[in-house]
Amino acid sequence: MKITFDWLKDHLKTNLKEKNLLEQLTNIGLEVEGVQNLSSDKELFKVAKIIKTIKHPNADRLKVCDVDVGEKEFKKVVCGAANAVEGLITVYALPGSIIPKTKTKLVVAKIRGVTSYGMLCSESELNLSDESDGIIELSSGYKKIIGKNYFSKSKSNLIDLSITPNRPDCLGIRGIARDLAASGFGKLIHFKKKKIKSNNRQSLKVKIKKEKNQGCSIFGSCLITDVKNTESPQWLKDKLISIGQKPISAIVDITNYVMFDLNRPLHAYDADKIEKGIIVRNSKLGEKFTALDNKDYKLEDGMCVISDHKGVLGLGGIIGGTRSGTELDTKNILLESAYFKPGSIRNTAKKLNLDTDAKFRFERGIDPLSIEDGLNKAAILIKEICGGKISKIDIQKIETHKTKIVKFDINLVEKIAGFKISTKEISKILENLGFKLKKKKNLFELTVPSWRPDITQEIDIVEELVRISGYDKIMIIDPIKERKKSTLNKSQKLFHFLQRSIASKGYIEAITWSFTDSNYNNYFRDTKKEIKIVNPISTELDVLRNSIFSNLIIYLNKNLDRGFKDLSIYEIGPTFSGSMPGEQNTVVCGLSSGKKSRLSWIEKERNVDVFDVKKEVVQTLIEAGYKSEEFFIDNKTPDYYHPGKSGRLFLKKDEDLVAAYFGEIHPSIIKKIGMKTESLVGFEIFLDNLKLPAKTLNDQKNKFNVSDYQKSERDFAFIIDRDVNAQDLINAIASVDQNLISNIRVFDVYEGDNIPKNQKSIAISVTIQSTEKTLNDNDLENINQLIIETVENRTGAKIRS
Amino acid sequence: MSDLKKIKDEFLLKLKSKLNLSEVNQMKSDLFGKNGLVSSQFKKIGSIAETERKKFASELNVIKDELQDLINLKIKEIENEEIREKLHKEKIDVTLPERPFVRGKIHPVSQTIDEISSIFSEIGFSVEEGPDVESEYNNFTALNTPENHPARDMHDTFYLDEKKERLLRTHTSPVQIRTMLKDKPPFKIIAPGRTYRSDSDQTHAPMFHQVEGLHIDKDINMGHLKGCLNYFIKEFFELDKIKMRFRPSHFPFTEPSAEVDIGYEMRDGKIVIGEGDQWLEILGCGMVHPNVLRNVKIDPIKFQGYAFGMGIDRLAMLKYGINDLRAFFDCDYRWLNHFGFDPLDVPTNYRGLSR
Repeated sequence: MKITFDWLKDHLKTNLKEKNLLEQLTNIGLEVEGVQNLSSDKELFKVAKIIKTIKHPNADRLKVCDVDVGEKEFKKVVCGAANAVEGLITVYALPGSIIPKTKTKLVVAKIRGVTSYGMLCSESELNLSDESDGIIELSSGYKKIIGKNYFSKSKSNLIDLSITPNRPDCLGIRGIARDLAASGFGKLIHFKKKKIKSNNRQSLKVKIKKEKNQGCSIFGSCLITDVKNTESPQWLKDKLISIGQKPISAIVDITNYVMFDLNRPLHAYDADKIEKGIIVRNSKLGEKFTALDNKDYKLEDGMCVISDHKGVLGLGGIIGGTRSGTELDTKNILLESAYFKPGSIRNTAKKLNLDTDAKFRFERGIDPLSIEDGLNKAAILIKEICGGKISKIDIQKIETHKTKIVKFDINLVEKIAGFKISTKEISKILENLGFKLKKKKNLFELTVPSWRPDITQEIDIVEELVRISGYDKIMIIDPIKERKKSTLNKSQKLFHFLQRSIASKGYIEAITWSFTDSNYNNYFRDTKKEIKIVNPISTELDVLRNSIFSNLIIYLNKNLDRGFKDLSIYEIGPTFSGSMPGEQNTVVCGLSSGKKSRLSWIEKERNVDVFDVKKEVVQTLIEAGYKSEEFFIDNKTPDYYHPGKSGRLFLKKDEDLVAAYFGEIHPSIIKKIGMKTESLVGFEIFLDNLKLPAKTLNDQKNKFNVSDYQKSERDFAFIIDRDVNAQDLINAIASVDQNLISNIRVFDVYEGDNIPKNQKSIAISVTIQSTEKTLNDNDLENINQLIIETVENRTGAKIRS
Repeated sequence: MSDLKKIKDEFLLKLKSKLNLSEVNQMKSDLFGKNGLVSSQFKKIGSIAETERKKFASELNVIKDELQDLINLKIKEIENEEIREKLHKEKIDVTLPERPFVRGKIHPVSQTIDEISSIFSEIGFSVEEGPDVESEYNNFTALNTPENHPARDMHDTFYLDEKKERLLRTHTSPVQIRTMLKDKPPFKIIAPGRTYRSDSDQTHAPMFHQVEGLHIDKDINMGHLKGCLNYFIKEFFELDKIKMRFRPSHFPFTEPSAEVDIGYEMRDGKIVIGEGDQWLEILGCGMVHPNVLRNVKIDPIKFQGYAFGMGIDRLAMLKYGINDLRAFFDCDYRWLNHFGFDPLDVPTNYRGLSR
């Protein structure tokens, strides 16, 4: 909402300064988004006429124009607008002016070799509208003032307010003035209402069809005959220009003026183009009309349309149609002032993807009792400026406005806001805002003004009172430093722990979108179903991610393109398995590329491999408090891992839920995405599949138990089928005697010479120690034998002699 | 006697020359071995005349001690020399690089979430979570934003079905609904997390982070809200004094509603929080709307309280001088390295937020 202090002063008597105004507006919830100072610069924008254009010698799209700016000699201006044609009256910016939109200073400059003195402006460059297609086209009326200032000399700045959607009343200058006055900033000026004096009936029949979901409940109109539509008088033009609107013709300008002044949208029809009468009804599927934006719209069932006997004239409260639009030669006009229901307006506008000023206002709720005021004000102005005869006002309605009553307990102010407002002050504020008050002890019975659709209950009254009194009156009550409940629960703590544990292993944390490119997602989707976003922001972000890998790999690849080689990145966050709330899992996912110790003078470089990521997974889980002795690992992994160089880990052998996957990324994926790296390995840890740790740290610590008796280490070498897992051997050894075997280490794996084909040799060192005594040779020999027997029996291995 | 003297002089001379360890050991056995020169002199004692014997023995002992000491000294000397030589030979260029290491980093958003949690932890808030995929009801309707409410326009929503019943949450406020439906009042929670809007330019990303706050009890009023946020902002920016402004605004799920600005100024192209007379909006808040409480079956006459929501990414940008929101999610290794935090830098109550 754009306003000026000058316009506000039409409704508000005040001696305060603009600086105070800006502060007060924000203080009462009408946030000042920006202030544009045009005044210093306004004289540098002139009304001008293009006399001649020739093609720019060096650029096909540019023209060199001779422009009449009211001086003896024409100015040469280079312009790229398609509508810059001979005879056009437009706005010319002098060198030295500051273009409002870009805030850049215009200088005399050569454009592709031709010097341009100044610039011809578009509406958007002057912040008049978003129209940037071509330069401003002024009506022929401006012919008389070529060379004169386009902007009026008003010193008032353009103030841009951000009006929250609950305050339609403040989409009119008067509403803003009312709020300001209630807050003590000036006094609201009360006008004696001017009413149409006429004996003529409005002769065009209007009917609101009683239908289900009828979007219009009141339709007021009056007929003005024998008008002479013309250009608006300067005061009206200045007024509209001062808030960034472009004057068009008196009738259009007047309806706009009333809309901005009172937030009362009006529509003017060329009455001669209306066939027989107006019917307000629901549209039928397939009906078509051309709107004032020159676009054709195909309607669905049930949209509120204003029609005549020939068809649709316009969409009620949204946009009029070209068929009945007013033009400069319009003689008889029908002025509409109606009430359209917010929900209906919103539905229709959404379906047709239409956004207009009227729609914006009606969907927030227009004062249903402003119908006559609007008609009176506009019709009288039209008569003053365009002449003609005004008919009586005709009002059709199918519903009457119900006045809202809210019962309000004044104690609620202190209960909610924490500070008191006196009853006297409460009455004053509410009355100034337009409420009617009836006091019953501590209770007020309030009649809500018709322009405040947002106020329905007591709490809304509190808001009004606190807002107008000032939020600075709210005290600061310091918080008490007391904690009754632990901040994080177990799974949040685990999240936090794993997040930092992975980073401590040299991985850099990334945060990537929860959505991803379906092409990449498919590589890592496994058996999960694809979850499409109905309205993705781009085709590369069209599905929710089934795995974090897709995004990590995309971004890792981008970093490889930046020249990095050895990268370790990870993310902890959601992956999705379905489109219902809760069908998501928290995963820690890491990727590591390239080599370890690349170009080191001291260490041998090598590719990252599956045992690097296995280390990250196992170490992290151990650090998080899980027992590695119980881990069970096999090689069944999703198809995005290298089938021979990947594994999955369970916290315990018979557990159903996979704790983690780790391994090389499938070479065919690396090839398909064109990644260039010596090696790419990754891992996924599934937080939701991890059992949460015991209650307290104390519970997590076992009893401290160490043995000081001598320990001995024995080495074994077994020959075994290539396919048998080392884990089986280790488990077999561990099962021999948990009290005596304190450590088992694989220190060599060998295939090749001296070993039969399809077999391998595994060398294992076993630490044997008792907690009760020093073992003698006999004891040790027994254990040795037992280990060999158990391993041979369980795994089919043979001890190497 | 002259024998003794001869032996002594001869060996003293020998010891002065440059010797290695085995030569000295040889000398040692030549003198003190079983048939060594000194040892054999001792054997002579018995055959010496009684009058001479005492003198001889004592002289012999003196010489023995003297030679022994000298030899031991020589051995030590040689050993020291050997170590010196070994150390000299082993000297290397320690300015060569250390063994390679890699350093991990925590993303600034994660760090900021931990900072926020740490601050609110101290005043009794606990952390709640909710799913990223939400129902239209939890995200809008339950929060007093019925269909056709123009406030829905402010949320460009990603939908997961044509009926628009399932969506990616546009704010963390549905966690309020979930929390209040799950438990009984009082509530004192924060809920950080991912949020989504189909909006993308320099200052908007289709995904960003918010933290929701909710405090419901019997007598929680706007003064508590102001106090809580005043405390948080001071702690977060690690300042003793801040300029904070509450100004009226509108959110469907709070009434009265406020937006909070903090004072700042630009110094050398960098935002300095807490001083200056420019205002920067950092969060929205208000008293939870009675309709919202009714929707979760809480009696608004018995219970009341406040809620707030703020952008975590934006807070991180302000605190750490990051200019571009989109960089948070661009995953540029150089950026992550530069703005990331050491994993050991855990913000806690007792050690504070900063090192």
